[in-house]
Amino acid sequence: MLNVGKIEEGFVLDHIKAGKSLSIYHHLQLDKLDCTVAIIKNARSSKMERKDIIKVECDVNMLNLDILGFIDHTITVNVIKDGKIVEKKQLSLPKEIKNVIRCKNPRCITSIEQGLPHIFVLTDPQKEVYRCKYCEEKCRQRW
Amino acid sequence: MRHLMSPLDFTTRELEQLFDLANDMEQHRERYAHICEGKKLATCFYEPSTRTRLSFEAAMLNLGGQVLGFSDASSSSAAKGESVSDTIRVISCYADICAMRHPKEGAPMVAAGRSSIPVINAGDGGHQHPTQTLTDLLTIRSLKGRLSDLTIGLCGDLKFGRTVHSLIHALVRYENIRFLFISPEELRMPSYMTEMLREKGIAYEEVIRLEDCIDSLDLLYMTRVQRERFFNEEDYVRLKDFYLLDKEKLSLAKDDMLILHPLPRVNEISVEVDDDPRAVYFRQAQYGVYIRMALICTLLGLTGEEGGNIC
Repeated sequence: MLNVGKIEEGFVLDHIKAGKSLSIYHHLQLDKLDCTVAIIKNARSSKMERKDIIKVECDVNMLNLDILGFIDHTITVNVIKDGKIVEKKQLSLPKEIKNVIRCKNPRCITSIEQGLPHIFVLTDPQKEVYRCKYCEEKCRQRW
Repeated sequence: MRHLMSPLDFTTRELEQLFDLANDMEQHRERYAHICEGKKLATCFYEPSTRTRLSFEAAMLNLGGQVLGFSDASSSSAAKGESVSDTIRVISCYADICAMRHPKEGAPMVAAGRSSIPVINAGDGGHQHPTQTLTDLLTIRSLKGRLSDLTIGLCGDLKFGRTVHSLIHALVRYENIRFLFISPEELRMPSYMTEMLREKGIAYEEVIRLEDCIDSLDLLYMTRVQRERFFNEEDYVRLKDFYLLDKEKLSLAKDDMLILHPLPRVNEISVEVDDDPRAVYFRQAQYGVYIRMALICTLLGLTGEEGGNIC
């Protein structure tokens, strides 16, 4: 059994789909933070069989919950203080995300217009469908 | 300030007002002949579309306004690499309202976000062409007297046909609408459209032969198979003449069925049909001018209602 030490202050992202932790690490720009980050891949899980976990020793406000909600709103966000879980944050699908994914439609104005942010809008919350704000192309793969 | 990006930007109630205004303009043209005096419409057409551009220009001239603009990207600053955002900010200094056609989808929305004047989407790639849809709705409402309780046949290129998708989205807001999708297998209505209809509980059928269903239609909307929507020339050649509406097929239709077409027509409607009173596609082009007149006035806040700005 591999042991990763407890963190005193920070947050733990639990129930990440197995193999997706590195992608989340990059999307959340955790590489830019000057703090301890532990990535655990393929941990055993009673709910998911296999899961990934990310532990980050920094203020939870540094975390962009919208991006995380967009990537996978079923991830559990545990806020840690004094080595204990003090809050579990609920993630939801953000109504709009900016510059997280790029529109892949070659006919979209985002393919040529300088400085235009890539914005995707939640158009069907039940089916979790996001569409480009400009051309309405469906986002095929969230991550 | 309002813009027009999609036909769904207006509620059905707002559309009724717009159609009433367009019909009033049709009946009392002289009343509106000077309402836009001193106003300028910029037609920014990054790709050629003679019909839409001239329709917008005719609309503004009918209202006593003036027009300026360009009719393809090579004669505009876009050829020098200027962004849509920059172009519209400059155009906003020259004109009071802008109609924009652009091959890139969403370009008019980018313009609207940066503009200090109303922007009308005059077609953005395969995405939206709202003034065509409003033209179609006005034509149906004016000649049928209603936009509900209709069996509508859509024939031709239903896969790539932007106008038919847009018209369907606009028509599903009215009651008791039934669709018949008439197309070859390769140009069938995309599944996201049929899924949407199923979710809304709207009846539709897919048929291949026009003769099999023409007798049940209140309205037949013909479309052209467009070369520019195909990546493969062979597919285009094979499918372009799949349907031809001629007198023989039309003899099976109801006496009061209307034939609409966004034009230009190529081979899909025989010229022998043109004199049939059911063929209303040239009147549809006329309604296109009236709806653009009504739209320009509405977006400029010059509706001509009592107490309004009409002189």
